[in-house]
Amino acid sequence: MKAVILGATKGMGRALARRLAERGDRLFLIGRADDIGASARDLEIRSGPTVGTAYCDLEQPQSFAPALDAAAAALGGFDTVIVTGGMFASQEALERDPELTRRLLVVDFAHTVLFCEEARKRLMAAGGGTLCVFSSVAGDRGRSPVALYGAAKAGLTRYLEALDHRYRRQNLRTICVKPGFVKTSMTEGLKPPPFAGTPEQVADDVMAALDRGTPTVYTPRPWAAVMLIVRWLPRFVMRRVSF
Amino acid sequence: MIGLAAPVDPISLPSDLLSGWGRFPRVPGRERSSERLDHATLDVPLTRGLGRAYGDAALPAGGDIRIAGSGRANRLLAFDAETGELTAEAGLTLDELIRIFLPRGFFSPVSPGTRFVTLGGMVAADVHGKNHHAAGTIGRHVQALKLRVASGDVVMCSRATHPDLFRATVGGMGLTGHILEVTLRLERVASPWIVSESERVPNVRAFVEALRIASGNWPMTAGWIDCLSRQSAMGRGILFRGRWADPHEAPTPFAPLRAPVTVPFSLPGWALSSPIVKTFNFAHYRWHGAAVQRRVVTPARFLYPLDSVGEWNRLYGRRGFAQYQCVLPEAQGHDAVTRFFDVLTGRGGASFLCVIKDCGEEGEGLLSFPKKGISVALDIPMRDTTASLVDALNEVVIREGGRIYLAKDALTRPEHFRAMEPRLDDFLRVRRQWDPEGRIRSAQSVRLFGW
Repeated sequence: MKAVILGATKGMGRALARRLAERGDRLFLIGRADDIGASARDLEIRSGPTVGTAYCDLEQPQSFAPALDAAAAALGGFDTVIVTGGMFASQEALERDPELTRRLLVVDFAHTVLFCEEARKRLMAAGGGTLCVFSSVAGDRGRSPVALYGAAKAGLTRYLEALDHRYRRQNLRTICVKPGFVKTSMTEGLKPPPFAGTPEQVADDVMAALDRGTPTVYTPRPWAAVMLIVRWLPRFVMRRVSF
Repeated sequence: MIGLAAPVDPISLPSDLLSGWGRFPRVPGRERSSERLDHATLDVPLTRGLGRAYGDAALPAGGDIRIAGSGRANRLLAFDAETGELTAEAGLTLDELIRIFLPRGFFSPVSPGTRFVTLGGMVAADVHGKNHHAAGTIGRHVQALKLRVASGDVVMCSRATHPDLFRATVGGMGLTGHILEVTLRLERVASPWIVSESERVPNVRAFVEALRIASGNWPMTAGWIDCLSRQSAMGRGILFRGRWADPHEAPTPFAPLRAPVTVPFSLPGWALSSPIVKTFNFAHYRWHGAAVQRRVVTPARFLYPLDSVGEWNRLYGRRGFAQYQCVLPEAQGHDAVTRFFDVLTGRGGASFLCVIKDCGEEGEGLLSFPKKGISVALDIPMRDTTASLVDALNEVVIREGGRIYLAKDALTRPEHFRAMEPRLDDFLRVRRQWDPEGRIRSAQSVRLFGW
């Protein structure tokens, strides 16, 4: 596998990149962190082959195409694009700050979709491949603590579902990863619910999905059952519960 | 990962209770952990690794709530496969280091009794292991450190650059600055297996002698002692000695580390009470048999037997336990250890786990724990009498010219520590020089040094 990863410097993206590198996949990291080179070096020491990097910022759509082109040049073409990057803020912080809300909605929905479109074109031009994007269980229902973040993720989830329906016959596999609560620096300060998972558990689940082409992945595993119930809860119940 | 607006304002949340591995004391505190340790350590008084120091060494001082956590800062930054020299972020765990480098024929040159520690924590406590008599502490193998000092500056230190800061940081319990990166030289090993021998030893005098003899021929030694045996059998136990196996002795190429089986909840306080421990100890000693047992085992089994049980600190119940470790200098002879055990057993000191180990020469760290002599480590369940038992043991240690290990301590009085530690003023001078306002501190430093 030759994979481009957006968001491999932290959390779930970092754990996934390490797992992929350790089993021998070729990687190229894109992102905006100033220490992305150190993350690439970490993967090289773990696995051996060179890991290149390029600048890519989900707030700057003009950075998408050059970053993907740099990845294609370094890897000699790629067959997998993984997007774990995104933005998170609490509902309270978003309600206080409309500018933060605008940024989050744009990054998590509009720009992520634009990035996927760039990735899709390149994957299909190469005869197909896998586009694996991290959405969230927050997009499955309208939930009061994540009204805004969840709305952006709901839009992203629908887009990914449609992409899979539209292009799977043309060898583009779209994988929508829906992590439940995972203990990362993103969720630090939030009280972990039952079934809170680790980035390593998520990485293992996503690896399996990449190999099988599973279109929707709830991870860690117990969240599949949790969300099955949540998806079927009637609205009068959803209105009363605080999750 | 993109623009992370702080999810919630951590100050506005009720703070958690933090504790060390002994689960005593518990203090208000909140850990801020990030992949970017250089960001997380800004304007906080202390960095905590995996919280495996037993007492209050990795806890915030009263009034300090926020401390940095290093666990997510775990990247490998450079590795030279010729020399084994590794540079990594301070949150890299020994567990992960072993997973990555043991298959390539490298191991940590020094390893404490658990692999669930960070590199930064290993340096801060200047840890020692079963090979102390041969390899010294981890500090001996550290080439350089990157620190965020109290001013906020990031400083490199080594034996050549800021040697005073280097010596104060090795074993300095994180009080000279936040350790961000560690460069150390890994040891090349002949196989991922250890040849281990174990043998019963009838009493404490014989134990000191047996350790001395074993250390002449074996790079790794340590002993388990039955603390509840009395009179002529006082201090009986089992001696372990080991060495890395040669390739022709190794059974299969590689055995991966196994995940621990976790103690699911805190056991009641009586679970490790005296009769139960006594029965266990008696059975353990008898079960071994009189003959020398020789096996080829994994490093995990030889070096980290307790790691096979996750959260084993729950065995001690909700009140937790105190770990006590001291070293009694060799100059005092065998009798020092006997006198120590006289006081311990005289007070009915029921310690489920007691480990004895001979130490080699003192390291270069200004507060480094080991020195030439015999080290004894005990787990003491937390009871109303525990503090006075620690006082009594400390008085023996002071009389014998020994010292205690800060990574274990929760209860030592400041005047006792000062009486044990002639190097303390040198350490505090360097600490003051790099931190004139006393910004970097822990619950332990405030308890023992006043700042």
